[in-house]
Amino acid sequence: MKGNRKPVINRALPGNESLLKQLWDDPMGRAGMIGVGLVILLAVFAPWIAHFDVGKMNSKARFAAPNATFWFGADNFGRDIFSRIVYGARVSIIVGVVAVSIAAGFGYLFGLIAGFFEGKAETVIMMVMDVIFAFPHILLALFIVAVLGKSIVNTMIAIGIVNIPVFTRTVRASVKTVKSTDYIANARSIGLKKMSILFKHVTPNILAPFTVQATLALSGAILTEASMSFLGLGIQPPDPSWGSMLSDARKFMEQAPWMAIFPAVFIIITILSFNILGDALRDVLDPKLKL
Amino acid sequence: MKNLLEVRGLKITTLRGKTEVRLLDKVDLDIPKKCSFGIVGESGCGKSITANAIMNMLPYPLRVSEGTIRYDSKIGEKDILSLDKKALREIRGQEISMIFQEPMTSLDPIFTVEMQMYEALSFHHPSMGRQEMRERSLEMLHRVNIPRPEQTLMSYPHQLSGGQLQRIMIAIALINDPRLLLADEPTTALDVTIQAQILKLMNDLKEQNDTSIVMITHDLGVIAETCEEVAVFYAGQIVEQANVMELFHHTAHPYTLGLLQAVTSLGGEKRMLYTIPGIVPPGGQWSEGCRFADRCSRYTARCREAMPALTEVSPGHKCRCFLNSEEVEA
Amino acid sequence: MRDYIIRRLLGLIPILIGISLAIFIIMQLIPGDVVSGILGIEQTPELRAMWEKKLGLDKPLVEQYLTWIGKAVTGDFGESFRTGAPVFPEILSRFKISAELAIMGCVFAWIIALPLGIISALKRNSVIDRIVRVIALMGVSIPNFASATLVILFLAKGFNYHTPVKYVGLFENFGTNMEIMVIPALILGSVMAGSVMRMTRSSMLEVLRQDYIKAVRAKGASERVTIFRHALRNSSIPIITLIGMQIGSLMGGTVVIEQIFSIPGLGQFTLTGINQRDYPVVQGCVLFIAVLYVLVNLLVDILYTYIDPRITYN
Repeated sequence: MKGNRKPVINRALPGNESLLKQLWDDPMGRAGMIGVGLVILLAVFAPWIAHFDVGKMNSKARFAAPNATFWFGADNFGRDIFSRIVYGARVSIIVGVVAVSIAAGFGYLFGLIAGFFEGKAETVIMMVMDVIFAFPHILLALFIVAVLGKSIVNTMIAIGIVNIPVFTRTVRASVKTVKSTDYIANARSIGLKKMSILFKHVTPNILAPFTVQATLALSGAILTEASMSFLGLGIQPPDPSWGSMLSDARKFMEQAPWMAIFPAVFIIITILSFNILGDALRDVLDPKLKL
Repeated sequence: MKNLLEVRGLKITTLRGKTEVRLLDKVDLDIPKKCSFGIVGESGCGKSITANAIMNMLPYPLRVSEGTIRYDSKIGEKDILSLDKKALREIRGQEISMIFQEPMTSLDPIFTVEMQMYEALSFHHPSMGRQEMRERSLEMLHRVNIPRPEQTLMSYPHQLSGGQLQRIMIAIALINDPRLLLADEPTTALDVTIQAQILKLMNDLKEQNDTSIVMITHDLGVIAETCEEVAVFYAGQIVEQANVMELFHHTAHPYTLGLLQAVTSLGGEKRMLYTIPGIVPPGGQWSEGCRFADRCSRYTARCREAMPALTEVSPGHKCRCFLNSEEVEA
Repeated sequence: MRDYIIRRLLGLIPILIGISLAIFIIMQLIPGDVVSGILGIEQTPELRAMWEKKLGLDKPLVEQYLTWIGKAVTGDFGESFRTGAPVFPEILSRFKISAELAIMGCVFAWIIALPLGIISALKRNSVIDRIVRVIALMGVSIPNFASATLVILFLAKGFNYHTPVKYVGLFENFGTNMEIMVIPALILGSVMAGSVMRMTRSSMLEVLRQDYIKAVRAKGASERVTIFRHALRNSSIPIITLIGMQIGSLMGGTVVIEQIFSIPGLGQFTLTGINQRDYPVVQGCVLFIAVLYVLVNLLVDILYTYIDPRITYN
C-alpha cells in the first residue's frame, strides 16, 4: 500500500551515513567522535587491553609510581591503575547505556501515550514528570540509591528514573508536531488503526530529536555515575569506577598523585568528548543554531 | 556636490569559508537632492546590502572591498566609508535614516514606543528635555496618522499591529528631519491595504519635507507609485537605470521586462501573472558573460562570452544588454 | 502582578503534594524496614513495638502520610535516629552555610562568565573568542569533584597549601570563612560559569542579528548603548532561563563540594544521613531541597515578567 511509505517531515534524521560523514568532516565533530570512540573501544576490549586482574592486590607494588609494568602506577593495594581505568571505562559505559536505555524506553512510552492520546493520561503522566523534574538530578539519584541500597543495578535504575522526564518531554513534543501534519490525518482517513499509525509513522519522525537527547543523556548519566561513585553511593568495590578511584586517591594524594590524576583525566576526557560530539551533532542536525 | 549621495565603484564581498565572494560589483549611483529614487530587483540582487553600505553598517562578514560613498551633509561633503565611529553616529538617524522590511521585529520588544522614540532624539540632542521629546514624538506620531498617539507612546511593540509599527518606524526615522531616508522593502511584510496606506504616507511626507527617499523593493508597482528615478539591480549589478516614465514606457532590458510582467497590479489584489523562470545566481556563481543570460529568452552566444557594459540608450536611460549596444564591460 | 504571583504560588500546590508523595512512596521502598535498621541486632518484640508506635508505623499508610506532611508543614521534620535532635532546625542552620557557598558560586560564575560571553560574541571568531569558547567547554565538561581533587592536589604539591579543615562561620571570623569558602565556591561556580558563557555568547549572537539591533544602530546609537541597553537586556531572557535550570545542578554540586572540603552544609548533612541510614534526616533534607528548588525556579519565572513585557500575567 502506498500510504505506508515513510514521510520525511522537516526534522527527520539525515541518512546515517551522511550524518557520520558530516560529523567526521567537522574538526570538533571528529575530535568528539575519536574521544568517544576511544572510550567505547576501551570498554569493549577491556579484557584484552588491561594486562592485570583489576582486583589483584600486590603488596610489593603498593603506591608504585608509573613504570614499564604499571603504566599508570599502582594504588594503595598495589592494584594496577591502568587496568582499573580500562575496566572503569567498561563500568561507565555499561551504567550509562543501561540507565539511558531505561530512561529512553520509559520516556518513549510515556511520551507517546501522552502526546498521542492526550486527555487524562497526558495530565497524569506530565504531572509525574514534573514532580521528578522538581528534584535536582543527583539528589534524587542519591535518594533512590539510599533507599534501595548501594549496588550497580540500583545505580542504573536511579540514574534511569531521573532521566525519564527529558525523554518523555522530547517525545511528546515531537509526537504532537507530527500529529498535526496532514500526513497523519491522511493515514487516519484511510482507516489505519491508531496503534499502527503510532509505530509505523510517528516513530521514524521523532528519531532525530531522540538521538540528540540520547547522546546528551549518555554523557549526563556517565557524569552522574562518576559523581555518585565518588560520594561512595554508586559503584561498590571491588568493581572499579573512575569516580570511586578518584575518591580513594584523596587519602594518598601526597604520596601517590597518579592515583588521582589518571582517573580525573579519563573522566574529563570522556565528558569533554561527549560534549564536543553533542555540540557537533546539534550543529549538523540543526544548522540554524550554528553561530 | 551636485547630488545628495554619490556612490562610485561600490564592491561588497562576504566570506564563504575562507574565500572572499563578491555580492555587489562596481555599482555607481547618484541620488539627487529632493528625489525619490527606486532600487528594484529580486531578492539576492544586492539591493539591501547597498542600503546597509550607505549607512556603513554591513553585518560581519560582509564588507566594502572597493569604492566610495560620498554624501553631502548639512555641514559639508563627507566620505561615509572613511568616517570614524563618532562622525558616523552623527550621520545615522540624523542625516540618513533607515526603515526596514519587518516592522514586527524592528522595534526592541522590551521597551515602550516612547523610550524608543526618545532614544532617537536623545542620541542627537542629548540636552533635549523630556517634555520637548514628548511633544516632538507626539507630533511625529500624529503626522504618520497614528490614532491615539498618547496611548501608543506607552505601548510595547507586541501590543501594536504591523501597519502601526511601520508608521512608528517611519516616525522614528523622520524625527530628526533627515535629508535621506533609506526604505528597505518597507511594505513587503504588510497586508495589501496597509501597503497602500504606508506608500501614500511616504509620498505625503516627501511632499512636506525636503527628504530624499531611496525606495528598495522587488515590486515595480511600488516604484511606479513612489519614485522618480529607478535603478534595476540584477546579480550585484545595475542592469538598467532611467527616469520612471522612461523605464516603464521604453523598457530596454529583458530582466526589467520580466519584472514588469510579474508586477503586482496596482489595484491592490496580488496577481502573479508571470514569473521569470530560474533564480538569481548567488554571489560566487556569476558567469563571465551576462549574468542574466541563463534566464533570458533572447540570449545569444555572445551573451555567454562577454559582459555587456552599462551604456546610454537615450539621454538619462542606461542599460546593460547587447540588444542595445555592442559595448563590452571593461 | 500580585495576582500573578499568588496564582503561581497556588499552582505550586499540586507539585508540592507530588513531591511529598514521591518522597513518601520512595521511603516505603526501603528494603527490610526502618525499625530493624535502627535496632540492629538488639531487636526484641517489645522494643520493636515501642519504636513502631513511636514512629507511627502501626497506622495505615494514608494516615502515616498525612501525619508526616501535616507536621512537615509546621516545620516538624521529626528527630534524627542517631542524635535524637529535631531535624528541621539543623537543616536551617546548615542551609545558611550551603546558601553562602551557592550564592558565592553563582556570583563568581556570573562575574567571570557574563563579560567573557559578551566579549566572545562581539569578537566572534577572534583569538579571544576561541580562548573563551575553550574555557567554557572545559567549564561545562570538568566535573566538580574532579576539578576539586585536582585543585587540592595542585595546591598541596605546588604551594604546600592545605585548605582549612575546621569550618568557621561567616560572622565568627570573616577572613577565615572566606579562606574556607572561596576555593570551593570557585569550583562550584565553574560548571555554571561554563554554561553561562556559552549561553551568553549564543544568545548575544542571536540578538545581535535581530532587526531591532540594526534599527537601533541606524538611529545613531553608540556601541555601548546598543550592546548594554538593547542586546544584553534581550539576551538576558534565555540566560535567566538557563540560570533557573542550573540551580538544580548547583544544589547537587554543593553535596559534592561540601563533602570534599568538609563544609558542614546541607549537602553534607544529606550525605551523612544517607550513609548512616538516618531516614528522618534524609527525608527532611530531600523535601527541603526539592521545595527550595521549586521556589527558586518560581522566582526566576517571576523575574522574567520584569524583563520581558511580552509575558502577560493572565
